[in-house]
Amino acid sequence: MSEDTNQTSGTVKKFLYVNRRAPHGTNYAQEGLEVALIGAAFEQDVTLAFIDDGVFQLKKDQDTSDIGTKNFSATYGALGDYDVQKAYVEQESLDARGLTGDDLMPLVYEDEDDDWEEKPMIHIISAEEMREIIDQSDVVLNF
Amino acid sequence: MKFAVLVNEGPYAHQASDSAYYFTQAALSQGHEVMRVFFYHDGVNNGTRLTTPPQDDRNITNRWSELAKQNDLDLVVCVAAAQRRGIVDEDEQKRNSKDANNIAEGFRISGLGQLVEAGIQADRLVSFGD
Repeated sequence: MSEDTNQTSGTVKKFLYVNRRAPHGTNYAQEGLEVALIGAAFEQDVTLAFIDDGVFQLKKDQDTSDIGTKNFSATYGALGDYDVQKAYVEQESLDARGLTGDDLMPLVYEDEDDDWEEKPMIHIISAEEMREIIDQSDVVLNF
Repeated sequence: MKFAVLVNEGPYAHQASDSAYYFTQAALSQGHEVMRVFFYHDGVNNGTRLTTPPQDDRNITNRWSELAKQNDLDLVVCVAAAQRRGIVDEDEQKRNSKDANNIAEGFRISGLGQLVEAGIQADRLVSFGD
């Protein structure tokens, strides 16, 4: 195989960022999001998954003023601008935490293949479907 | 096979760095390529030269430096995570007006793009965390 100076050009892999922790208490969520945003700049096929306490990252109306940490929840809203179109949230994780789809931020992206129509990014799926998503991914990063 | 390795935790407090080290060593000894070892999150703490672990225990940072030297490994510490945690090389010291630097031999500080690039270029990206 020849040593190309730009070996990433043309290669598109399915990147999956798995988020399993709450947005605050540790900074895995924030640093995980940073990788997802950088990854999108490489024009890869980026998907986010939210499992276990990770589902709290997408909760609406976050307010960190009492704990003094940076409220980075608005960044999830920017994912659509970075060509991220899929955010899978595990149903069982929501159920176990007393949450429903209505508790989550209504993340959207603009579909360039459909006249830039605004479409929802979040899909709530079962644990079994989540296994499929993970299995189909090329590069899985876990935060 | 071409591997990339991601280390997400610092030395001693978690097993991740040990496991990553043994995995890397094993892959190399079996003739595989490890194109990059990327340190993110608390993993950047593996890159300080200022640790003094007890004499009767393994020296995790030095072990990485030696493995890198023997095998021409690319050990990369994420700049954003390093800034948060105070892992500094000469450039970062100047850029951020610090009075010291502490990066260990064989490690270099660079952007998260190096991690994504490793994910694209390697056949497998193997991560070690908590």
